[in-house]
Amino acid sequence: MYGALWRALPGPGWFRALVMVALLVGAVAACFQWFFPWLSTYVPINDNTVG
Amino acid sequence: MAMAVPAPRGYVPRHATPPAALRRSAAPARRNTPPRRARRGAPRESAGSIVIGVLGELLITAGVLLGLFVAWQLWWTDVVAVREQAQILESLEWTPPPVEAPQAPTEHREAPPQEPVPPVGDVFAQVYVPKWGSDYVAPIAEGVDKEKILDRIGVGHYPGTAMPGELGNFATAGHRTTYGKPYHLVHELQPGDPIVVRTQSTWYVYRVTEHQIVLPQQVEVISPVPGLKPGDPLPELTKRYMTMTACHPMYSARERYIVHAELDYWTPVSEGVPTQLTEAGVNVVGAGGGA
Repeated sequence: MYGALWRALPGPGWFRALVMVALLVGAVAACFQWFFPWLSTYVPINDNTVG
Repeated sequence: MAMAVPAPRGYVPRHATPPAALRRSAAPARRNTPPRRARRGAPRESAGSIVIGVLGELLITAGVLLGLFVAWQLWWTDVVAVREQAQILESLEWTPPPVEAPQAPTEHREAPPQEPVPPVGDVFAQVYVPKWGSDYVAPIAEGVDKEKILDRIGVGHYPGTAMPGELGNFATAGHRTTYGKPYHLVHELQPGDPIVVRTQSTWYVYRVTEHQIVLPQQVEVISPVPGLKPGDPLPELTKRYMTMTACHPMYSARERYIVHAELDYWTPVSEGVPTQLTEAGVNVVGAGGGA
């Protein structure tokens, strides 16, 4: 999967590595911004109200 | 018609054999070099091994994502909420109490002024708990919606319960873990500890009376008289309670940790800072260096 991505990227090795790191950072940022807040609504580890 | 057009000079159909010179330069290298896979001695990848390889990578990815989720929940939500709550406290722009007051403010024990009921989402109070450190202060907003209030603003006030100082029960909820965790140390409160609530005009000094661990559906803890079951006839209210609710055990939603307090006294903000804060060295928002 990630090997295929590596082979699909153009350019020299350092450039591919750079693109891979950029993709990784983008994916983690998207998780922090949107995916995890959505996921947390299904993980009620910190509900604190009564009723 | 197109077939009738003669091929231009020098045109070589794609399937035609390349000229001998070209063949000689390209072919020998290929003939002497065995295919890469064969040279490494690895068998050609079967469909099954590709599927298992992708599955393995997906599982590793899922594991990393779960780890990241824990980091986000336990660390990043705090980073964001602490920053937001500090901004909220500053943006209130309430008149700070006079710091160099000539004497301790009067401790009023008669009925305090009635606080107006704010619209849901409005920050209408701050809470100081000297026991939780000299820098502890959290905003209180109307409403207990998890995403809009508790995850972002800090402490929420159960709509329909009493306002600060009012007869009945001023009931609040706050996170004990994550999202700035305003009620992180709720289990440290002992009977007699002061909880100081400030609205724009008034300080309310409550004293802790007891703590309870209850199930999430036990709403009687926020009744106007704590313990009064829903549907029970409401007696004449004589006491001014405050309630804190937080999750229990930490990192679980199984039970709730409840702290009850009763109003000791109130005093106007214009008279200074309650001695419970000054003696503990608590930094009051907007007063000399602020929060």
